[in-house]
Amino acid sequence: MSCKRYVDVIARFYEDGRLLPLAIWWADGVMYEIDRVLDVRPAASLKAGGAGIRYTCRIQGREKYLWREQDRWFVEAKQNAG
Amino acid sequence: MERVILHSDCNSFYASVECLHRPEIREKPVAVGGDVEQRHGIILTKNQIAKRYHVKTGEALWQARQKCPDLVIVPPNYELYMRFSQMARRIYRDYTDLVEPFGLDEAWLDVTADSRGRDGMTIAEEIRGRIKNELGITVSIGVSYNKIFAKLGSDYKKPDAITRVGKDNYREIAWPLPCSDLLYVGRATKRKLERYGIHTIGDLANTPERTLRGWFGKWGEVLSCFANGLDCSPVARYGNQPTVKSVGNSTTTPRDLKNDEDVKIILYVLAGSVARRLREQGFKGRTVCISVRDNQLFSFTRQHTLGSYTNITSEISDAGLGLFRKHYRWERPIRSIGISMADLVPDTVPSQANLYRDEAGRERLEHLDRAVDWLKNRFGSFAVQPAVLLTDRQLSGFDPKKDHTIHPVGYF
Ligand SMILES: [Mg+2]
Repeated sequence: MSCKRYVDVIARFYEDGRLLPLAIWWADGVMYEIDRVLDVRPAASLKAGGAGIRYTCRIQGREKYLWREQDRWFVEAKQNAG
Repeated sequence: MERVILHSDCNSFYASVECLHRPEIREKPVAVGGDVEQRHGIILTKNQIAKRYHVKTGEALWQARQKCPDLVIVPPNYELYMRFSQMARRIYRDYTDLVEPFGLDEAWLDVTADSRGRDGMTIAEEIRGRIKNELGITVSIGVSYNKIFAKLGSDYKKPDAITRVGKDNYREIAWPLPCSDLLYVGRATKRKLERYGIHTIGDLANTPERTLRGWFGKWGEVLSCFANGLDCSPVARYGNQPTVKSVGNSTTTPRDLKNDEDVKIILYVLAGSVARRLREQGFKGRTVCISVRDNQLFSFTRQHTLGSYTNITSEISDAGLGLFRKHYRWERPIRSIGISMADLVPDTVPSQANLYRDEAGRERLEHLDRAVDWLKNRFGSFAVQPAVLLTDRQLSGFDPKKDHTIHPVGYF
């Protein structure tokens, strides 16, 4: 019943060392482009169960959290999401 | 100037990290249990709910299950705990670079010289909030003017709480507490104190130091200092440490070593500093490794795995000397020698062996080491030396913790 969903992410390393996600590649093969990263900070997700760097992303007009947990990325998925 | 020292302690650390990662067990009694000494698993930590069933750290898994049949027992994942430990330390270092870890889940912070002039309570409040948001677990923090009372403060109220133990209120807060709440006062010391009618920290504080010294030797002096809030040991400064796999020291000796007695002296000095670094970093180790190079530069290493984890100087040095005697035939004098400890675990892991072995004797050895650490911190590395080192000043007169001849982690 955990709603932690690891996802594929396309990201860009900037020359100053920053790492920002550009798109999330969902398991069903659909790619969601990230319009803008609004905030980056260390944060835990009680819902998904994990902690790391949290990116607040605007995707299709809506704000979504995306976490980088060491080498992997995850999102808080809805219970019934495929 | 009065110092401002925080002691931050992650509550039910292993269990909290597990509960964060497994939302489905959060509302249940949870314990982290390990097969610490092969066959018989014991409880390493438990969450608040399991505490209500009186599940205790160190007890056998079957005992815990008897008290609490629904107990969820998960195996330990030290790598994960180390990561969370480092995340917590990174937060602490945003406030000061005087951060001294004590085990994986505790640390002292000296925030006396806060660049923004915030007081201890303000910083503690901020850290408490950040740990909750960024790590998803809770801490309790003690704020005081010395390390010992800061530690008492972090134990005073938990989880997720802050307690100030100041010069104005330590008699009300610290003194009514049992002596065993003091750092390093284990069961053996407690029993001995009780025989003398000393039950609380206040009782201890009001016992003349001379009396305590009569009962406990050097250790009595330390106890008296602790109870009166006179501990002035500094919060050590640590860099950003990588995950430690082994701790070792080696040295090229001031003159070639010619016999077992010479080697004994050098190994004792090296083992002392290895043990001290293990304690400072919150580890115990089980595999002792020595490396020996003779004056023809022929070298070899040998290792031996002990029955239980240790950070006690005499146990490490005895094991090293045993290895050496078994493997060296004195065909040539020795130019350099080293000793290291590997197979490390956090020293908060209770060892089941301790339950059956000579507990009082071991506690005495640990106290001896702690007292020596304490005096060395105060007066420098040469303040206290075991008698074996006085036999040859030329050999033992190097300070392996400061000298550049040390080769820390991973030298061999
Ligand atoms: Mg703790």
